[in-house]
Amino acid sequence: MQMKNKYEDKSENRYDINRFPNENGHFGPYGGRYVAETLMPALIELEDAFHKFVPDPAFQAEFKELLKNYTGRPTPLFYAERLSRHLNGARIYLKREDLTHTGAHKINNTLGQTLLARWMGKKKIIAETGAGQHGVATATTAAYFGMECKIFMGVEDIRRQAPNVHRMKLLGAEVVPVDSGTGTLKDAMNEAIRYWVAEVRDTYYVIGSVAGPHPYPHMVREFQKVIGEETYSQILDEAGRLPNLLVACVGGGSNAMGLFYPFLNEPVDMLGAEAAGFGIATGKHAATLCAGTLGVLHGSKSYLLQDEFGQIKEAHSVSAGLDYPGVGPEHALLKDFKRVSYVAIDDNQALEAFHLLCRKEGIIPALESAHAVAAAMIEATKRPAEEIIVVNLSGRGDKDLGIVTST
Amino acid sequence: MNRINNKFKELKEKHQAALVGFVTAGDPDIKTSQKIIKTMCDRGVDILELGVPFSDPTADGPVIQRSSTRALKHGVYLKDVIEMTRELRKTSQVPVILFSYYNPIMSYGTKAFYKDAMNAGADGLLVVDLPSEEANELISSWNADEFAFIRLVAPTTPKERMARITANASGFLYLVSKTGVTGSDGLDTTDISQHTDLLRSVTDLPICVGFGISTPEHVNTISAFADGVVIGSAFERMIEENLDSPDLPAMMGAMTAEFKEATMLAS
Repeated sequence: MQMKNKYEDKSENRYDINRFPNENGHFGPYGGRYVAETLMPALIELEDAFHKFVPDPAFQAEFKELLKNYTGRPTPLFYAERLSRHLNGARIYLKREDLTHTGAHKINNTLGQTLLARWMGKKKIIAETGAGQHGVATATTAAYFGMECKIFMGVEDIRRQAPNVHRMKLLGAEVVPVDSGTGTLKDAMNEAIRYWVAEVRDTYYVIGSVAGPHPYPHMVREFQKVIGEETYSQILDEAGRLPNLLVACVGGGSNAMGLFYPFLNEPVDMLGAEAAGFGIATGKHAATLCAGTLGVLHGSKSYLLQDEFGQIKEAHSVSAGLDYPGVGPEHALLKDFKRVSYVAIDDNQALEAFHLLCRKEGIIPALESAHAVAAAMIEATKRPAEEIIVVNLSGRGDKDLGIVTST
Repeated sequence: MNRINNKFKELKEKHQAALVGFVTAGDPDIKTSQKIIKTMCDRGVDILELGVPFSDPTADGPVIQRSSTRALKHGVYLKDVIEMTRELRKTSQVPVILFSYYNPIMSYGTKAFYKDAMNAGADGLLVVDLPSEEANELISSWNADEFAFIRLVAPTTPKERMARITANASGFLYLVSKTGVTGSDGLDTTDISQHTDLLRSVTDLPICVGFGISTPEHVNTISAFADGVVIGSAFERMIEENLDSPDLPAMMGAMTAEFKEATMLAS
């Protein structure tokens, strides 16, 4: 492939994982802390706690024990032989994050952050949620640790994702309906930030993606990198070599960062699948990196969906978890460095991949993950059978049955 | 030349605190809003804060969120706020501070904003979500004597951090009265007084207190120890409750006069 040489490039143009983020939380021109002054001392406290507690062997021991016996890690790396044969191209492996407790990769991060909150002596947890996966994962870890938990969720998402609302309530969380804006993830995050500004002294805010102000993009990557670390050793065991390509869906981008990060210094191609919704040309999409522009939202600088006056636009996707007008700052930088390629997969392509995976492998993927599967399918047909593609199957599709059966 | 500094000097001589009045520009529409700000300036606002409408105002409570939504519905953007400032400047010398989130300014272009806002007669800018760590990218080329970057200090800001924030500050300092969004209740004037003292120990700049101050009694109490008091949500509530009233500008004028009265200290 013509891209081979970039891995031998040792110059400034090479993405060096040790350079980012810098001490102010910047990933090149992206990231940072664009928040109200009231929150700055809390972010500084959080960053200090993150650097002090997370490397502590006792913290790591507790975290790893929970990842193993509570979450069910390591998750399998599964060779999707029937799907691969059907496509008649590269071999596709699925990293089965859908098999974790609560059914998505989100729990890796909420376990890590809730544990950190406990080490910091915080008693209350808040989180925003869109599809409800991050909300359920946060409610789960809060229940486990016996902490008070509030989940902010847009009224439109509450309507669309009723089963997850019931789950959160069963787990003892209070679901706070947000009716401002269009009542979706962006508005839920606005409201969580407003609540946090008021209650910052005793409340820990569990952000669900590699987005938000520093140190969240760094911290969430740290708690999600277990996905890539496991994949790294599993593929060596299984195939005796590293994969040629990694594929993951990108909304905020946490499952993608988790898979990609441990491979960034290796000669492995990477592909992020954004949601093209009804198609980029229609304007109704969530493909922030493919079609967005530079801006500041929810505490960090990155690509955004916005109009010419800097007002944030609504995102559209069949997948509620990708339905967000921003994206994590590190992805923006990885795009600039051309270290990761980003493509946009529309609703129909994702639904096709969803059905194909159900039929060929007996696995019902989350609609978010179906975007990654769709992107991998396109790549697989272009690549020879010797090549290996690993797809992050970030979540299971039970939550999406209502949407899939109605489309 | 420097309207802000002159204003505080003048108020000090008169034993008054500054009444800093906030309204969202273009609420409920540009024409009415222009009348409202003119009336407010005529009836005693010492410094006008013009809010730039934004789709995702994370530091604002429901009243100002709704004001922003109304203005955006009429298509009022930063360029229009700058034009409103230019229009006001024809008849008033009241200092004008633009109050914004960062994204509309980035989108406008930071260099173009500085030039256009200053040419229109604005005296400074306050950006709610641009803490001192990130501010340099915006203000490094500004002349602080001509165009102030108003810095915020919060009740959670420790003293050492206050000192760092105030080191490069100009115009005045905006002390946030409590943790929370604009317009929320639970004002603790004793607490505010202590924070004002703490901030005063690291700066000579005037200190204006804002967030959740809604009555002339609050204003009077705070005027005794601060250099200015910011009223925002209370004005916006008045607008919201009288959207269709032809008397709205006059009502805002009367409300301004009442608040202004409360900033006058017995000397």
